[in-house]
Amino acid sequence: MIHKGIAASDGYAVAKVFKYEVPDINIEKKTHDNFEASLQQLEQAMEQSLKEIEKIKTHTAKTINQESADIFEAHMQIIKDPEMKKEVIALMEKEGYTSGYAYQLVTEKFIDIFKALEDSYMQERAADIFDVSRRVLAHYLGKSIPNPKEIDEDTIIVAHDLTPSDTAQLDKRYIKGIITEVGGRTSHSAIMSRMLEIPAIVGAKEALSHINDGSIVALDGIKGEFIINPDQVIQNDYSNKHQEFLKEKEKLKSLISKNTVTKDNRHVEVAANIGSYEDIEMVVKNGAEGVGLYRTEFLYMHSKNLPGETVQFEAYKKVLQAMDSNKVIIRTLDIGGDKNLDYISFDKEMNPFLGNRAIRLCFSEIEIFKTQLRALLRASVHGNLHIMFPMIATVEELKKAKSILKECEASLIKEGYEIGNYKVGIMIEIPSTVMIASHLAKHCDFFSIGTNDLIQYTFAADRMNESVSYLYQPFHPSIIKQLKMVIDASHEAGIWTGMCGEMAQEFKALPILLGLGLDEFSMSPSSVLKSRDEIRKMSFEKTKSMVEEILQYEDSKSVLNRLEANDFYG
Amino acid sequence: MIFMVEREYKVIDEAGLHARPVSIMVEKASNFDNNIYLMYEDKKVTLKSIMLVMSLGIAQGSTFKIGVEGKHANEVLDALEAVLTNHKII
Repeated sequence: MIHKGIAASDGYAVAKVFKYEVPDINIEKKTHDNFEASLQQLEQAMEQSLKEIEKIKTHTAKTINQESADIFEAHMQIIKDPEMKKEVIALMEKEGYTSGYAYQLVTEKFIDIFKALEDSYMQERAADIFDVSRRVLAHYLGKSIPNPKEIDEDTIIVAHDLTPSDTAQLDKRYIKGIITEVGGRTSHSAIMSRMLEIPAIVGAKEALSHINDGSIVALDGIKGEFIINPDQVIQNDYSNKHQEFLKEKEKLKSLISKNTVTKDNRHVEVAANIGSYEDIEMVVKNGAEGVGLYRTEFLYMHSKNLPGETVQFEAYKKVLQAMDSNKVIIRTLDIGGDKNLDYISFDKEMNPFLGNRAIRLCFSEIEIFKTQLRALLRASVHGNLHIMFPMIATVEELKKAKSILKECEASLIKEGYEIGNYKVGIMIEIPSTVMIASHLAKHCDFFSIGTNDLIQYTFAADRMNESVSYLYQPFHPSIIKQLKMVIDASHEAGIWTGMCGEMAQEFKALPILLGLGLDEFSMSPSSVLKSRDEIRKMSFEKTKSMVEEILQYEDSKSVLNRLEANDFYG
Repeated sequence: MIFMVEREYKVIDEAGLHARPVSIMVEKASNFDNNIYLMYEDKKVTLKSIMLVMSLGIAQGSTFKIGVEGKHANEVLDALEAVLTNHKII
């Protein structure tokens, strides 16, 4: 039987399944019946945890390095700590608690102490204690904690969902595929799996209950289908398809240093989206003509507290230097909505996507905004910097952001810093900005269209809500007309328009975007060559006339049907 | 009263007295029968507990003392000090 999900990352895989299930660990407040027996239960859990950590330590020393492995020595010391044990025993004696509950209380106390320390390194150690105590208490409850780092054979990960940090820990050598129960093509796990080039399916409902740990799964990340316990014929078929897929990818490599030019000589840029410096390797490997979107949120999300000016400066500098004179568009903090930070308290909002997020949040947390702008300006001497503001809705907002930027620049100059050339642009993702694009174009150097938000704000439909996800229609004439308005307005003002939303790497959308006159297409690094290959086969004139026709249609279906004619190649 | 030998150190590592050297010192200290203490500001904790030592949050630029009671105190101190020097903590 073929199970269906949403295709999230291209490629095929056949491998054994590892179910990534994080158990709920919370020990209830209870008293023990037998002191010795209760203490023994905890000691056994500690023994098991020590064995596991020892294994992780050896593995890390082998696959990464000794220094990274040493931290697990500290984890083992935390379990063996005599003072902690004394406190656990004291609580068991005095209050009569079970050993598990007492251990939970003691570790929570230490976590609080560490969190309260001034030094950020020491604060981070709270996470180590949490990690260790969760493992011990999981064993105490007879549950086990999955550890993707322990995987050392070909595996397909099946999970309810994977957070950005979960995905970041996956070892590409062994993780051959990913299946998650929730999410869509634009969810984090989907974006990350494309970034890592791991074939993936998302939104595969109840995958965890259908699939048993250790069973074999054949996964098709292009169609979004998978088969549980396939026979040998199917297994071979999928392996062959994967080999074919890799061969095709190899072929595309000849385009790495080529320009993106249509048959009739229209030159556009194909750039890449990145989340951190680590992604630059993929950008360069795939011959992207620049970075069209550097999402700085990950810098904030991977940190236990607000990243300072110097930390950010170093991060931006590294990316700018790595890209040489190629354009790097760095988007200022786009937090709020579905992305929160542990160390900033966000007000509970009725409609977070319509609330205090991105540039709005930066205006209300002005010091955070200024720190980032100062770091960006300082980095401007190291490359071709383009600063981009997200979620701009009005001309006033753009002017305000620019005046704060100028203010930072003035004080940096006063402090003796050198400032290089840089450009300022905005994301077009709110329908209001489409309407006033000609006005906005007078105040900035470029536009970049964020289609994910533009589409959901246009249709007033949450793209993550499965019951209204049918309204997420990138090919709808309402969207195509908006793209035309924005691109035309920018060209009239003498500036250019790019696109960094998911639509730019929607293969079928390429001829439409090209025909509309889009100047820059920014996408996952792994889609760059395939898109360049396609565009190089097309005729700009032919895509233009097709777009003329498409603008007359009344629904997505007609647009998609028109594309079937495939008459836009040169 | 048992006599205690003390030595004072200043932290130069920018991460402070961090987890890796501490875990090695704790491991070593645990193998000695001596009472071994770490003193920082007005606090005195056993060097056999990683949690107590780490919860002091000793940052770069701070000074702390290690005190050892009992037999061969100076040799014990030498062994612990070697860990600090090897990790460029002091």
